[in-house]
Amino acid sequence: MTGYLLRHLQVFFYTLGQLTRAPIASLLTIAVIAITLALPTGLYLLIENVQRISTGLDGSAKISLFLKADIDHATAEQLSERIRQILEVATVEYISPKQAMAEFKRLSGFGETLDTLAHNPLPPLLIVQPSRTLDTPQKLDDLVKRLRANGEVDLAQLDLQWVKRLHGLLQIARRGVWLLSVSLALAVVLIIGNTIRLAVLSRREEIEVIKLVGGTNAFIRRPFLYTGLLQGTAGALAAWALVSLCLSLLAGPIGAVADLYASSFRTEGLDSYGIAILAGVGALLGWLGSRIAVGRLLGSLEPR
Amino acid sequence: MIQFNNVSKRYAGGLDALKNISFELAPAEMAFLTGHSGAGKSTLLKLITLIERPTRGQAIVNNQNLSRVTRRRIPYFRRDIGIVFQDYKLLHDRTAYDNVALPLVVAGVRDKDIGRRVRAALDKVGLLKKERAYPVMLSGGEQQRVGIARAVVNKPPILLADEPTGNLDQALSDEIMDLFHDFNQVGVTVLIATHDHRQVQRLGKHVLELKRGEMINDSSPGSVL
Repeated sequence: MTGYLLRHLQVFFYTLGQLTRAPIASLLTIAVIAITLALPTGLYLLIENVQRISTGLDGSAKISLFLKADIDHATAEQLSERIRQILEVATVEYISPKQAMAEFKRLSGFGETLDTLAHNPLPPLLIVQPSRTLDTPQKLDDLVKRLRANGEVDLAQLDLQWVKRLHGLLQIARRGVWLLSVSLALAVVLIIGNTIRLAVLSRREEIEVIKLVGGTNAFIRRPFLYTGLLQGTAGALAAWALVSLCLSLLAGPIGAVADLYASSFRTEGLDSYGIAILAGVGALLGWLGSRIAVGRLLGSLEPR
Repeated sequence: MIQFNNVSKRYAGGLDALKNISFELAPAEMAFLTGHSGAGKSTLLKLITLIERPTRGQAIVNNQNLSRVTRRRIPYFRRDIGIVFQDYKLLHDRTAYDNVALPLVVAGVRDKDIGRRVRAALDKVGLLKKERAYPVMLSGGEQQRVGIARAVVNKPPILLADEPTGNLDQALSDEIMDLFHDFNQVGVTVLIATHDHRQVQRLGKHVLELKRGEMINDSSPGSVL
């Protein structure tokens, strides 16, 4: 068992030596893998960060409660007082039809025309500011449903449709990143597969001789698998470095914008867990690519 | 040690490389496989080493029925057969020492044992002083002796050679053939494919002659002229 581990260790360091002896070729392959892996990684981080921004925005949502037209001033005030007692509600503002009409006249520019109306068509309105503890669209929705259940309420509208839409769009984008990741993972397998295929072809004679003197397929595969594994891992780590570099270049401007909006938002890179996953995926894809490439040649050398 | 019973090999496209070949080599026997180019000598050696498989018939090598040796077992099967090639098939980016060590390395022999056994093999072929030399620095005869050292380094009971003297002059050919004879003297079964009739007559061993894939002569030493 120790002999087996020792042989693996020997091959590992031998492969490492091979890679450093042809630095340009190794670096080119690693760079291509890095760029290929950096693309989905960067998009993933973009989505995660946008998600965090939008979560922060949920807190500033407002709910408009349009009451039934026949609700009088006193009933509306009572309702507004009842709503104010709800734990998840921060503030309630009552806007009477008269106030609403005045504001509408002022803002719409229809001033004179509106005077010709026989009666005020605008309903009484309550504007509810939910408390900060409601930080997901789901929780907000629940509150809206509760408010809507009041008999006096005609229409409850969450002024947060766009946040929900954003969340929806993010879901689509996230799925898109997944699909992109899968196709780019395939690209990494092909890149490494092709690199290893060339290496295998240039050492075809050596492989034939090793087979003739009794070398097993596992023995022949081992150095190529380590090459793929190492290149895949190095490419993944380079991708992380690339994404981190891009983020650090963007961090300044983004921070400045966030400060303008009095937000403490800052971009976040991959955590150590994410880095480990990225490196693991790179290693796996490299191993897979070389395994396929060597397997093809070894298959062609079997006796018929 | 090597036994063929009605073995045929037909390649895709209908070429019959070997037709109904039967012969037997006893343990520690030495034999020459002769015939013109294309007579089927190389094909026969490829069948023995499982580089190719027979289309029909039964072949038994080193007490193993070749049709029962699975893909997975082939490497282990080959470790008991030393093979020498006309073009030596040395690895040019490795020293003579590393070339000879290859069969031991692939078999997982421990490093300290490798050194001892590689030097013994190089000593046997008279190249102990050239262990650090790369193949390009060696003459054809020396390269072939490295090839032979590699073939015998893990002490296989069977030694095969495909035109081992094809690229060498007479004096060197004599040296190489005498080496094979020496190994045969210590109990190794040796089969050499050659069309060098001078060597066949000089050593006077069992001769198997092929012609267009058929065995036209299987003569023991006594009957050779």
